Amino acid sequence: MMAPTQEKKQIAPPTDDKRWKIVQATMRRHGHAPNSLIETLHTVQETFGFLEKQSLEYVSLALRVPLSRVYGVATFYHFFTLKPPGEHMCVVCMGTACYIRGAQKVLQDIEQTAGTKAGETSPNGRVSLLTARCLGSCGLAPNAVFDGEVVGRLTPIEAHKRVEEWMKK
Amino acid sequence: MNGEDLARIMEEENKIKKSQPHQIHVCVAAACLSAHSESLKEDFVKEIKRRGIEHQCKVKGVGCLGLCAQAPLVSVESEGVLYHNVTSQNVPQIVEGLGKKPVKELQASLEAPFFSRQHRVVLDNCGRIDPERIEDYISFGGYSALLKALNEMRAPEVIEQVTRSGLRGRGGAGYPTGLKWSTVSKAGGARKFVVCNADEGDPGAFMDRTILASDPHKVLEGMTIAAYAVGASEGYIYVRAEYPLAVKRLRTAVHQAERLSILGKNILGTQFNFSIEIRLGAGAFVCGEETALLASIEGKRGTPRPRPPYPAESGLWNMPTLINNVETYAHVPRIITEGGDWYAKLGTEKSKGTKMFALAGRVTNTGLIEVPMGMSLRDIIFGIGGIPEGHKFKAVQTGGPSGGCIPEQHLDTPVDYESLAKLGSIMGSGGMVVMDETSCMVDVAKYFMDFCKSESCGKCIPCRVGTAHMHDILTKITSGTASMNDLSILEELCDVVQNTSLCGLGQTAPNSILSTLRYFREEYLAHIQRRICPAGVCKMQEQST
Repeated sequence: MMAPTQEKKQIAPPTDDKRWKIVQATMRRHGHAPNSLIETLHTVQETFGFLEKQSLEYVSLALRVPLSRVYGVATFYHFFTLKPPGEHMCVVCMGTACYIRGAQKVLQDIEQTAGTKAGETSPNGRVSLLTARCLGSCGLAPNAVFDGEVVGRLTPIEAHKRVEEWMKK
Repeated sequence: MNGEDLARIMEEENKIKKSQPHQIHVCVAAACLSAHSESLKEDFVKEIKRRGIEHQCKVKGVGCLGLCAQAPLVSVESEGVLYHNVTSQNVPQIVEGLGKKPVKELQASLEAPFFSRQHRVVLDNCGRIDPERIEDYISFGGYSALLKALNEMRAPEVIEQVTRSGLRGRGGAGYPTGLKWSTVSKAGGARKFVVCNADEGDPGAFMDRTILASDPHKVLEGMTIAAYAVGASEGYIYVRAEYPLAVKRLRTAVHQAERLSILGKNILGTQFNFSIEIRLGAGAFVCGEETALLASIEGKRGTPRPRPPYPAESGLWNMPTLINNVETYAHVPRIITEGGDWYAKLGTEKSKGTKMFALAGRVTNTGLIEVPMGMSLRDIIFGIGGIPEGHKFKAVQTGGPSGGCIPEQHLDTPVDYESLAKLGSIMGSGGMVVMDETSCMVDVAKYFMDFCKSESCGKCIPCRVGTAHMHDILTKITSGTASMNDLSILEELCDVVQNTSLCGLGQTAPNSILSTLRYFREEYLAHIQRRICPAGVCKMQEQST
């Protein structure tokens, strides 16, 4: 939005993966402006699941932002991840309302079932376990998201059942 | 698109509505969606088709109906009936009863204090309009405030009305909105920006996201009026990526408004231009602080900078920038239509109008409410919320991680900016989490300190090191290994971090400790001296002697 007027020389993506076209579209929409860095990283993560080293290098060149700054931004914001996610994703809400209503217990049970800690992926690569600051569904606390489906009034038993199912398959 | 076109859309919409006497509204806001209201809506459509009464019935997905605890909610607007905990088995029954006999056992009482004590200004359309259709918003008088401002008022007159309304920033600090607007309008510079802070990061707060997901056009209208008043032509909405529903509906709303030239060039047939771009946050609590938010819009790490200069003089790309939160903008259209004096009649002397609160935790009626300022905490928690049977109220936490815990003896305090600050808490954005005897206050303080510790951006030392150190001491206390000396170090640290941190995050981080120390000191002492947790939450370590 600020100033970049003439079209710059196109930097080629690191691989011939078709998905880079989606990333290029985002950058083009913002005129390859350096201030579209966060927007671009969002698209990369949405498309590829995480931010690989080569993605960061490509974004750095294409937007003409120093790699150090790209890395700084990618690691500053919790939403971005530099590690590939597991097949399934479980996000446990640790907001105040959920905490008061026993989210800690739910999380501990899931950690045990998946054999991993919050913020990591189970050793067999099946389940990634994350925590959220607040999902905003406090009325139905405690909440968790299982592969995009928000589940309210969650009990440790229900959570255990769902994660165990994932671990088996 | 001009005023006549608006009137035409309104007329057409109302004609269709009249031809369909039965209006079934299914709540499709976050909480109800997670209770499968989307498929419930489909069931209603199918059932009505099965009976061949499509021409009489309209099934509509609407924004938040408020009573999230009893999701999913369905309202039959034409009959003034609200159903709660609806399942797909109930659908035939409800459709059968349309226009005849409502299903008694599913009916929620609208006379209950939860509804009767509320006063809805921001939420007036919530639960009545389809958030994904601009025409529906227009049919409820939407964008008529913008039309009035552009055609009948000069910019200073708009600011004058907002000033008279006494509206104060709903993000928590309570800065007078009219004053902020006039500062930005007086600031020089060729370009100015209007920014909407939708980075509602307080855990336990879901007001802003609900407005965005239930009535997004109201925020766009408020922002556009603000842009006209201060003389800006570009705007940004900075919204959390963690709120996919709000982001999706907001995007739809912006597209629709652009299509009808309510946003963009020559708005509503006038000379005024204004465009809005949506920027996604990426999960940093500190970005709720205005200077950090602006840095993030510029594509940088979200770290705050010292103020002054305030964004009103030098904000986005060093240009004058008006920055308000979602709820503040959402108040604006009504203030313009009804006048500032009308609005100023609501609320208390220093805190005018209404405020939304997100009631959560150990209350019966969790959900979203809007009440006039000055209502007492007791009325809100016991009257509207209700404590579940067999539990005893212990404290209410207001203002999120920056706020504090308020005990029973202060519940008669009126809710306004000054009174809450006097109790060592803050109004904050409006999260209210109720705790009962099963919560340990030291553990709660530790929970918030853990939050502040990991959300500290690391730029200034008092906050970066202080929050970590305070968290360590609280961990020691909750595991029964702390001494009285630790407690005095903790109190000293609170003082240092509060007074020397760069931004609001650090300055308010000790509030959770300070307020719990003030009202629940005996719990701290029990942990330290007798090594017991009165609430039975903390696990004490075995003494190693």
